[in-house]
Amino acid sequence: MNAENPIWALISTFGLMSLFAVGGAAAAVPEMHRIAVDVHHWMTEKQFADAYAIAQLSPGPNVLIVTLIGYAVAGIPGALAATLAMCLPTALLAYYVSRLLNRPSQSRWPGLIQAALVPLSIGLMAASALILAQSTDRTIAALLLTATVAVVASVSRINPLWLLLAGGLLSFAGIV
Amino acid sequence: MSTDSAPATQEPDRPASHTPPPGLVALFLAFARMSLAGFGGVLVFARQAIVEQHRWMNADEFNETFALCHFLPGPNIVNLSMVFGARLRGIAGGMAAFAGLLLPPTLIMTVLAMIYARFGDVEVLRRILAGISCAAVGLLIAVVFRMMTPLLKRLDVVALILMLGVFLAIGVLRLPLQAVLLVAIPVSVGTVFLMRRKVAA
Repeated sequence: MNAENPIWALISTFGLMSLFAVGGAAAAVPEMHRIAVDVHHWMTEKQFADAYAIAQLSPGPNVLIVTLIGYAVAGIPGALAATLAMCLPTALLAYYVSRLLNRPSQSRWPGLIQAALVPLSIGLMAASALILAQSTDRTIAALLLTATVAVVASVSRINPLWLLLAGGLLSFAGIV
Repeated sequence: MSTDSAPATQEPDRPASHTPPPGLVALFLAFARMSLAGFGGVLVFARQAIVEQHRWMNADEFNETFALCHFLPGPNIVNLSMVFGARLRGIAGGMAAFAGLLLPPTLIMTVLAMIYARFGDVEVLRRILAGISCAAVGLLIAVVFRMMTPLLKRLDVVALILMLGVFLAIGVLRLPLQAVLLVAIPVSVGTVFLMRRKVAA
């Protein structure tokens, strides 16, 4: 396996990238763009934008935009290699850290640190919600849709899929 | 889609307060189902399934597990699948949840990639996407609200202030993430440490 092998390039690129992707996949998208479009020329600007849209629209974690990049580079093996390289190493790392923290021991630090991270994590999620809302809600109708979904999903136990479907239908009809 | 009809047959769940740990197949199917439902992000569906539907964790346990996965590198929800599965069923459970989360959507994504390579125009998709994204942001706001409820119920003022601080720093002031965390993590750990010592004393 030489350095020119595209599969190997995918594995090393995304394996390395995932280790620096703190704060979620969304935080890594600009870096993916830089690597896939500017550095390796795996995709054109439009292909990347389309891949982003497809990844958002499809079910599953949004990180799976790497599946599309991998496919563009090396077909089905590329798709699988990119996905695993992006997801598996950090998942195993998380497994080991979590096991370390939850080992029965006299120390109260692990529990303390985890408890301390909770409010920060929720604050970060709230911040991403605000940032996303500012970029997607460009019209009054869009803002109303977001607000309505937020309220309905907070107070009821309705399946969220219905709310997403309603959003898709409204925009397909040109209302939002 | 034939891939998501299989999980649907595995419906009957008992409403116990803390149900016994599920088997590997049940873990795989549960994560496959939340993943396939997860348009615009899986967190919403993961919390709904784990806390509300199956009651495998309570709201606080979920928050702590997610927070840990959030601060470790890599895609949060993928980390969560591995950590959560492993807590219930060891490493095999972690792999089952991980595979359930990733396998079905990866297959769908690969098919979409093939279609795109053949036709290569996603204008209609993008139009539909606009509304779905708006709704997805609404869902995200709702899940943030639900994750906040344990803190609100306990009137955990310190935690609420820290949360608000991070939200303002990142969301409103747009300060860089690393700088904010460099300050927020020591402050939060320090306050929790002091408060627990006060309670113990």
